[in-house]
Amino acid sequence: MSAGWRSGPTPYSAERAASVARSQSPLARRGRLTLVLAALPLAFVALFFVFPLVSILLEGLAPDGVFDLGAFVATLTQPFVIETAWFTLWQAVISTLLTVVVALPGAYLFARYRFRGRRVLWALTIVPFVLPTVVVGAAFLALLGPRSPFGLRLEHTIWAILLAHVFYNYAVVLRIVGGFWAQLDPRLEAAARMLGASRWAAFRHVTLPLLRPAIASAASIVFLFTFTSFGVILLVGGPQYATLEVEIYRQTAQLLDLRAAATLALVQLAALCALLLLYARYQQSAAVRGRFLVGRWQGQPIRTISERLFVALNLLLVAAVLGLPLLVMVERSLANDDGYSLASYASLFDESARGALFVPPIEAIGNSLVFAAATATTCLILGSLAAAVIAYRRDWLAHSFDALLTLPLGTSAVIIGFGFLISLGSLPIDLRVSPVLIPIAHTLVALPFVIRATTPVMRSVDHRLREAAAVLGASPSRAWRLVDLPIVGRALLIGAGFAFAVLLGEFGATLFIVRPDTPTMPVAIFRLLGQPGSLAFGQAMAMATLLMLLTAAAVLVFDRVRTPGSAGL
Amino acid sequence: MTTRTRIALLVGLSLVVGACGGQAVSPAPTQAPSQTALPSATEAGDARLVLMTHDSFAVSDGILEAFEQEHGVDVEVLRGGDAGGVVNQAILTRDNPVADVLFGVDNTFLSRALDEEIFVPHEAAGLDSVPADLQLEAEHRVTPIDYGDVCLNYDRSAFEAPFDVAPPSALESLGGPPYNGKLVVENPATSSPGLAFMLATIVRFGESGDYTWIDYWRALRENVPGLVVTAGWEEAYYGSFSGGSGEGDRPIVVSYATSPVAEVIFADPQPERAPTAVIDDGCFRQIEFAGVLAGTESPELAGELIDFMLGDEFQADIPLSMFVFPANSTVELPDVFVEHAAQVSEPLTMDPAMIAENRERWLEEWTDAVLR
Repeated sequence: MSAGWRSGPTPYSAERAASVARSQSPLARRGRLTLVLAALPLAFVALFFVFPLVSILLEGLAPDGVFDLGAFVATLTQPFVIETAWFTLWQAVISTLLTVVVALPGAYLFARYRFRGRRVLWALTIVPFVLPTVVVGAAFLALLGPRSPFGLRLEHTIWAILLAHVFYNYAVVLRIVGGFWAQLDPRLEAAARMLGASRWAAFRHVTLPLLRPAIASAASIVFLFTFTSFGVILLVGGPQYATLEVEIYRQTAQLLDLRAAATLALVQLAALCALLLLYARYQQSAAVRGRFLVGRWQGQPIRTISERLFVALNLLLVAAVLGLPLLVMVERSLANDDGYSLASYASLFDESARGALFVPPIEAIGNSLVFAAATATTCLILGSLAAAVIAYRRDWLAHSFDALLTLPLGTSAVIIGFGFLISLGSLPIDLRVSPVLIPIAHTLVALPFVIRATTPVMRSVDHRLREAAAVLGASPSRAWRLVDLPIVGRALLIGAGFAFAVLLGEFGATLFIVRPDTPTMPVAIFRLLGQPGSLAFGQAMAMATLLMLLTAAAVLVFDRVRTPGSAGL
Repeated sequence: MTTRTRIALLVGLSLVVGACGGQAVSPAPTQAPSQTALPSATEAGDARLVLMTHDSFAVSDGILEAFEQEHGVDVEVLRGGDAGGVVNQAILTRDNPVADVLFGVDNTFLSRALDEEIFVPHEAAGLDSVPADLQLEAEHRVTPIDYGDVCLNYDRSAFEAPFDVAPPSALESLGGPPYNGKLVVENPATSSPGLAFMLATIVRFGESGDYTWIDYWRALRENVPGLVVTAGWEEAYYGSFSGGSGEGDRPIVVSYATSPVAEVIFADPQPERAPTAVIDDGCFRQIEFAGVLAGTESPELAGELIDFMLGDEFQADIPLSMFVFPANSTVELPDVFVEHAAQVSEPLTMDPAMIAENRERWLEEWTDAVLR
């Protein structure tokens, strides 16, 4: 019986449980072990994040070795900087809240109900994540622009930005919260219902406190994403909107003003550090040990009319927000002058009609898969080590560690790319022009997903199960394997799925890195859209559709891999 | 924040990395596939030449290979985002360059690149065949490789029966009826054709007098239903433009003099006549240069690559690979190019130094007049 279960639906249970957990966690005492575990991820992030970042900030803020405070303050206090910072903040807050509200019912649906096509739909929800903003921007314009089938004219408005942010980030909340939820023992809520609590009260007092760490975890990622939003703001929002990230890009790539860019990057970093510290404090107080399913539980069938209605409404929402833009893209890939055909697809693979691609598509697909596999592997290794440290140590050091590993996700891609360039040249091996840099950059971006998906679960595993295993004679490693791994493995795979998707989608992370000519699928899409021509456009949409299918297939495979005895989706 | 701080940081970091010794390298298996491809511009004697360029660089199969075979060298192509980003990266790595040759600095960024002294002089063989008006720099620190004109394109079908409106013939006519609400442009602060078009209006209307370039933009903005501004070329052309492969509702767009060629080539089946056409007034000329980067350890080989890029084989490939005109005027253009591209006789130009000096102010004034 877990603390969360026993202490019942009082609002104070979470805090009490956390303090119990803190005082009893046996691994917390094994400081040396956690240091060893932390070494590898720490070295990675020091070398490939802190070092480049500090180098580029120094280069920008103190080009002659002297920090010019006057110039720094002058840049900071310009009206447009304050305006941009304010817009960046509020659109990120609203986007995050909106995404959580829209995705939470979906998370419940997938976690608790069994229905036909659930697994495929669950895999498909991650697809938006990998699509280049150029493609999504085109789809949004088709739906909300001058030729909107609904008569909506939302292009170049804040509404379009918010919708696009929900489109992109729905899967983050769905998968992190839904994955966690699916492993919560439904009998907790059932018991509360039996004791007379209404459905809402049972959710509010039993499930929600247990879910909170996962929600905070997902929300923190959505916030980081939307706070540093770049492509969506430029392409969907239009020229009158600018986030700090857009401004940093403009300063570096258009005005070549590194000082202004570095100053803005520092503002961005400071804001994110503040957020991550808040997050860490919250996680510490909110951790409740839940009761997790170890056996297989497939969800309940849909029975009552209200359940049917709930499922239908939910699926309709998913179809509208996620499905429509994807559908537009698929439609465009099939459309030609005389109706619909597979001509665009055929021409992708036809050497003589290669069109604007200049890259064999098979090569692009192959490159994408190799890079994605490399990133996912690195992420799994570094991510599980880091998550273990963060989950079991629970002190300020672990929280700073967590924040440090998450920061790359919220740091300007331009700044990191430029940082690589000026710092990594001083290493014994010049990594700046190596293809290895691409998986490295993506690991930085994908690592937080693995950690975010894993830590809440790791933290919530009832350590008494592990102790029971020890009492029964299991060694610590065997106890971990038998008790933690089945529960944690699932979460790790959810994180790895994200990591894989992050790389398939390139994510803009490599946009500003000088890189060798290893074209991936998103690169091919960019090149196809770089020239006019209906064939080139059709090919770009066909390539994007292939990217979508590949991602869905990859994630479906990830979801199917099961650690022994794991529960959930 | 002194050099000493920086050194201390370096030492600290190397300690961290050193402390975990082999561990730091342990994800190596995942990286193995690419390790054979480790290029290095700085190690002498490994016969490798690195060409740094922007994302729009393209060349047909077999062209660079000819150079590689002739000189017994591997040419590695590095891409680094858009033209401005590449120039900035070259400036940042001035002391420890990642490449030997940079291709893709255009006349709007040229002055800055020259001021930062990232190039060393190389007088390319074949310069005699390059028209004088493309050779903007006397000391041969950069060599013109290609040029293109940023021009207004229009949707032919929108100006034919039953619409009975003639396409605009000059920049001036766009400021009023019957062209109200027909134009889509790119934001000059985020797009290179957008910037070129802004510069064209500055050259044409000037900064002083009764009717300045700002007045022109105000007129474009204020005519109902106004001007559409997008962040980049892709959204303007595919999203807002109605002609050819565009899916929008605006029949006039800022694009290139060569865009109709691509509309023909990248269509299936290829049409007899391009669905779009070029307004050859008010075009701004973009010239792209290549240069040998200071700090290269193989300046001679780097120079040979620039000579090669100005040679017949590479130049003849330029039109249908990058959809711009070759700088070498003796090269014959492909028929489809001659037929569908607009050859602009009097493009607008501006001194690169003047662009560098005023770029930020002009962008600010443009943003105030058009977006705020």
